[in-house]
Amino acid sequence: MATNTVPGPRVGQPTSLAGKAAFEVDDRLIVAGPVRRTLNKVFPDHWSFLLGEIALYSFIVLLLSGTYLTFFYDASMKEVVYDGTYAPLRGIEMSAAYESTLNISFDVRGGLLMRQMHHWAALLFVASIVVHLLRIFFTGAFRRPRETNWFIGITLLVLAMLEGFAGYTLPDDLLSGGGLRIFSAVFLSIPVIGTWVYFTVFGGDFPGEVIIGRLYILHVLIIPAILLALIALHLLILVKQKHTQFPGAGRTEHNVVGNRLFPTFAAKATGLLFIVFGLCAGLGGLVQINPIWLLGPYNPAQVTAGSQPDWYIGFVDGGARIFPPWEIVLWGYHIPPVFWGALGLPGLMFGALAIYPVLERVLTKDTASHHLLQRPRDVPVRTSLGAMAITAYVVLWISGGNDLIADKFDLSLNAMIWFGRIGFLLLPPIAYWATYRICIGLERHDREVLEHGIETGVIRRLPSGEFIEVHQPLGPVDAHGHGELAYGGASVPKKMNQVGGARRAIRGFFTPIEEPAEVQRQAEVEARGLESEQASRELTGSGRPSEGGRPSEGGRPSEGGRPQDPRD
Amino acid sequence: MSTTDHSRPGSAGGADEPGQLHGGPDDDYSPEQLAAMDRTELDRLGARYDGVEVLHVEPVAPPGSPLDKRNTRQVTLWFALAALFAVAFVVVYAGSGWFLPSWMWSTGSSTWSALYTPMLGALFGLSMISIGIGLVLYVKKLLPHETAVQDKHDGSHFDRVTTGATLMGGLDASGLPRRKLLAGTLGLLGLAFGAMVIAPLGGFIKNPNKGNPLGTTPWADGLRLLRDDGTPVRPGDQVAGSLATVFPAVPGGNKAYDAAVMLIRLRPEQVAALVIPPGQEDFGYGDYVAYSKICTHAGCPVSLYEQETSRILCPCHQSQFDVTDGAKPVFGPATRPLPQLPITVDDEGYFIARGDFPEPVGPSYWNIGRVS
Ligand code: HEM
Ligand code: FES
Repeated sequence: MATNTVPGPRVGQPTSLAGKAAFEVDDRLIVAGPVRRTLNKVFPDHWSFLLGEIALYSFIVLLLSGTYLTFFYDASMKEVVYDGTYAPLRGIEMSAAYESTLNISFDVRGGLLMRQMHHWAALLFVASIVVHLLRIFFTGAFRRPRETNWFIGITLLVLAMLEGFAGYTLPDDLLSGGGLRIFSAVFLSIPVIGTWVYFTVFGGDFPGEVIIGRLYILHVLIIPAILLALIALHLLILVKQKHTQFPGAGRTEHNVVGNRLFPTFAAKATGLLFIVFGLCAGLGGLVQINPIWLLGPYNPAQVTAGSQPDWYIGFVDGGARIFPPWEIVLWGYHIPPVFWGALGLPGLMFGALAIYPVLERVLTKDTASHHLLQRPRDVPVRTSLGAMAITAYVVLWISGGNDLIADKFDLSLNAMIWFGRIGFLLLPPIAYWATYRICIGLERHDREVLEHGIETGVIRRLPSGEFIEVHQPLGPVDAHGHGELAYGGASVPKKMNQVGGARRAIRGFFTPIEEPAEVQRQAEVEARGLESEQASRELTGSGRPSEGGRPSEGGRPSEGGRPQDPRD
Repeated sequence: MSTTDHSRPGSAGGADEPGQLHGGPDDDYSPEQLAAMDRTELDRLGARYDGVEVLHVEPVAPPGSPLDKRNTRQVTLWFALAALFAVAFVVVYAGSGWFLPSWMWSTGSSTWSALYTPMLGALFGLSMISIGIGLVLYVKKLLPHETAVQDKHDGSHFDRVTTGATLMGGLDASGLPRRKLLAGTLGLLGLAFGAMVIAPLGGFIKNPNKGNPLGTTPWADGLRLLRDDGTPVRPGDQVAGSLATVFPAVPGGNKAYDAAVMLIRLRPEQVAALVIPPGQEDFGYGDYVAYSKICTHAGCPVSLYEQETSRILCPCHQSQFDVTDGAKPVFGPATRPLPQLPITVDDEGYFIARGDFPEPVGPSYWNIGRVS
């Protein structure tokens, strides 16, 4: 094929400096194609897609602030006598790890900010992963072909929690040492190999001299490296499979509607990165967290009442608290209750999460690929199972702080424990039932609006003297005046001004900040845009309730629809 | 024709001229055709090649219009604010202790040092958040709102079949399925190699059954009971109903995780109600009893002693132990009583231990009932 030989002719060659430089680069790296494909990638536009991004950005904050801390932190359990700035602890024996954390807090300029920022980012990291996971779960985004990413996500969550726990232990203060002591008992409780695991982890009997150093290398190298690799894989698969999207006008199983990466999505995502970063910095400066200097160094004979782990460990603590004192003894071998409470329950929880996609696929026999998301109400069984799991989790989590609650509200501690024990068994089924009812109710209401139209609030009196409410149909109606639109999985408008029955409100809290005329103009522009679009675009007939909507409305296809003539 | 061209050593032959540049589009669109298109057309053309169609573009306010000016002003303002906060951060960060009061915290020092970290965080955060808001507003107010749709493809059958052929072709060529002995050896090698690679992890393993580390503590016959500050205790130092934490008189005794002991002086009515486990009748001394302080649930130091109910509460998971009933667990997740330390008084009148605990201290484990 020698049609296009040497790039001899000068035609199309760049004249600007930037253009020339770009051609020089591409001559060497041949990246123009992949770069264009990347810039053109379309991202759906829905707020719930930001949750995963928040997790990613808080991870970046963690990497940066954590690396800063490594330059000052000393992961050694050598005993030293404190002689730093913080007078109340001077002359006290402590580990070098604790001393260096005190130094970060008091003797490094801006060090306390970095420490607190790191800690807040850690809380945000795990929290955003969890909320992201819930979004994926309740919208069915884990279904084929995305089971792999679901599984990676669960692994990321478990690793993030372990990473957080390892970090929490590093300061080697009273609180973290106490947490580590409980952890050691959890190792010890493992049947058959417990004592071996315990001696192996601690390099001998608790606490030994190596654990802080080992947790340190796990915390700053091994787990972050695995996290980084898994996050990269997670995103790579995401790019390959493309995003899911909520059903709506023009959205099908075979496309993605939204914004291109460049410039819109890139600018928004960078904006979010800065906001997450700023939030961590603001919290890190303004809201004190883990003031390690208050309680002093770890001492196995001391403890404080009301000590709490970071929020994401709370449910493990709760499990350990409410599990009844059942020690299984077989031929003199013991399985203590800590094993069930602190390892069994989380193991069950993460195990169930991990296999859920497979379980659902097998039980529903739905093996098709899905790229359109489901509304939680449309999958009542899954939604109710989710509500049940959340309820169980919340009971455990509350039980993890039951001493604080008992103290604050003057309740009996024992009553709180019993609440946890009974609540853990009783509340989840109730949550299942209630959620199921709510889902069915919402589903029915959607169908009803599709069939009879939106309630307009206009009451009309018929010649017969009967009063009826005028309903606004959402689409064509049959001979009986019943709507012909089928439910398509998208949100159904239920208020008149969602279908353009009223002009949108003028913005402004105390005084209007918009010109009414300008709003009117915008509305007209929108209406015109719609018409031209409707004329030019062939709609995919998936029976969406308001296919006239502009796809750009991100999950709210209703807003674009125009009302039809009211009918009685 | 021979496959090698001897006029060009090292060449495998073939025409010495470039083939098509990078495939497809370069054949369809000549440089001249591309040069004739404007930027938007080129953008859309490239997008179409990537399966992207731009459906709808909502233009921004016309340049120079009052709305455009206002939007630009707004976005600029946020970025300006961000810059201001950043400068303020640097001034506070570097200026403290120079032309501003010192940032170093010490008891009774200035409020500036107490406000230092909050100020840094607030300024850093505000600067970043302003940049974020500026960017989001940029998208909302200054960029045309574009709605694009991109095709989503399933896997390509062609790719699957051809890739599979290449892979299986390689396997065929290797002849492994046929050369059974070789394949089997490779399999065994894999196992052996894997074992070799993970074998060094053996360096981590410590034997928990050498001696009885979990079943013994530093306590031994004749060791004095010392307070945390190292002073010995004698009967009468404590009022009835009180509790003292004591440690064995060995180096590092007050740091050992399994040695802390609660020395409790019972009140008369508690003594009356005392139930002593069989075999431990002589463990106490007068109205004194000594129990391990290490919770049998997960190893926290139990510490909250409620005299009226004779209960000791562990703050970690709220196990409660009854000191008048052999420190048996009466509520919460703990299952074993706190072990009791046998005590007496030496010639000088100070408390000493009469030996180690009769059973392991702290949390349960698999073979806790087997060793010791
Ligand atoms: C990816 C998730 C991460 C999480 C969830 C996390 C969590 C934590 C937590 C909760 C602490 C205790 C902070 C405190 O003192 O209050 C901590 C400490 C620490 N982290 Fe991380 N971290 C992460 C990543 C990293 C990375 C990537 C590095 C370094 C490369 C790092 C370096 C450190 C250091 C040196 C400390 C000890 C200093 C101190 O305690 O103040 N962390 N981490
Ligand atoms: S450690 Fe004492 S109750 Fe769990």
